[in-house]
Amino acid sequence: MKLNRFFKIIFLSEFIKAIIIAVKEIFKKKKTINYPFEKGSISPRFRGEHALRRYPNGEERCIACKLCEAVCPAQAITIESEERADGSRKTTKYDIDMIKCIYCGLCEESCPVDAIVQGPNFEFATETREELYYNKEKLLDNGDRWESVLAQNIKLDKPYR
Amino acid sequence: MDYLNIFFSEIFKILLLLIPILVSVAMIVWFDRRVWGFVQKRKGPNVVGPFGLLQTVADALKYIFKEIVIPASANKIVFVLAPIVTMTLALSAWAVIPLSEKLFISDINVGILYIFAISSLGVYGIIMGGWASNSKYPFLGSIRSAAQMISYEVSIGIIIINVLLCVGSLNLKDIVLAQENLWFVIPLFPMFVIYFISALAETNRPPFDLPEAEAELVAGYQTEYSGMMYAMFWLGEYANILLMCALGSILFLGGWLSPVDVYPFNIIPGIFWMIFKILIMFFMFALIKAIVPRYRYDQLMRLGWKVFLPFSLIYVVLTASFLVYFDLLPNRGF
Repeated sequence: MKLNRFFKIIFLSEFIKAIIIAVKEIFKKKKTINYPFEKGSISPRFRGEHALRRYPNGEERCIACKLCEAVCPAQAITIESEERADGSRKTTKYDIDMIKCIYCGLCEESCPVDAIVQGPNFEFATETREELYYNKEKLLDNGDRWESVLAQNIKLDKPYR
Repeated sequence: MDYLNIFFSEIFKILLLLIPILVSVAMIVWFDRRVWGFVQKRKGPNVVGPFGLLQTVADALKYIFKEIVIPASANKIVFVLAPIVTMTLALSAWAVIPLSEKLFISDINVGILYIFAISSLGVYGIIMGGWASNSKYPFLGSIRSAAQMISYEVSIGIIIINVLLCVGSLNLKDIVLAQENLWFVIPLFPMFVIYFISALAETNRPPFDLPEAEAELVAGYQTEYSGMMYAMFWLGEYANILLMCALGSILFLGGWLSPVDVYPFNIIPGIFWMIFKILIMFFMFALIKAIVPRYRYDQLMRLGWKVFLPFSLIYVVLTASFLVYFDLLPNRGF
């Protein structure tokens, strides 16, 4: 036993084995992807950048119930609302501080009308802090831009909610 | 006027060697990262330029534009001097490396001694950097580095004695030419392995990268350095690694000589063989970095003093007695 170990050390047999394994690994298929050019698949539940959705007729979904504001653990959401001429309650202000946000997805889950959602986009880094204070226009704009994907994701995820 | 001519021709010669070395250092850093990535099934840097070859240039540009921070409590003169010393020494050792039969800056008859002296001085850059930072991690890192480099230089010195016994000259060209019939890697194979491992320790490469062990010492002696000064440490380190690879191929792998002296091989210019051998050596350096975990400090010291030193000493005795017994000693005239 001891002699065996001695020869193993003297002839560096474990090192040689390791080198052979390493050389084999070099020719195997790579596990990583070329990120900016290729992207991995994202689950429909992915919690990325927020968006406010609209009904197909163009009316905003948000009814200013403020459940998301209440549930937000980071208190990143600020909502102000008033009654419109037709008697419906709508938001006048819907701000999300994307720096405070912890991307937990509770706002999306609490929303009774699927208005605030977290989309699949995660590449919204900015050069200044101010650009990450999202207001209602920015969020509605996001909703318009990603609507097809958002609707598809909500549909796919519906059975599990 | 004559002096001016000599001056400019010398400067030209130096630039002719220096610029390729700096470029090849940049390439070798890319190669290192790429091999490391490939072994771990990653792609490694592959975006900047073809195959990511210009990644190091991009990194160097970033370093140049970064601010150099000198800590308030640092000894400013020594702090600034340390990376300069490291890089200058790493590059100046290249002066005597013969890349082919005609391609070298100076052909001094104690070339190996010169390289050995310069690479021993290299430890000063690291000690100065660690001490002048006036901070705990750099200091610990530089102490470790000094102890490590001194211990392994001893065994490298004795390994070189083996080669010198077979050659009978300290001139690097003579060392290569003495291997025309048989590369020293065959009779002195155990010494080649020990040389390789000692070279890893000498250049602070993994698994002996204790001076910059990031888990314990942040970045060792480089902790307080930033911008171009950090890049100079880094350049010096890689120039040293290349130097060790070149020295290994000169001492054991027959330098610029082709492996077999037959037709398709012996018309290839010697410099290609030299570069090829350096690359093979460096490939091993990069592989070792990917496969082995870091040694503990006491294991490192034990390996240097209790294993390599006695083993190479015994081998010196063996080589010497073999040469005397079979009457193969070179330079019988002395």
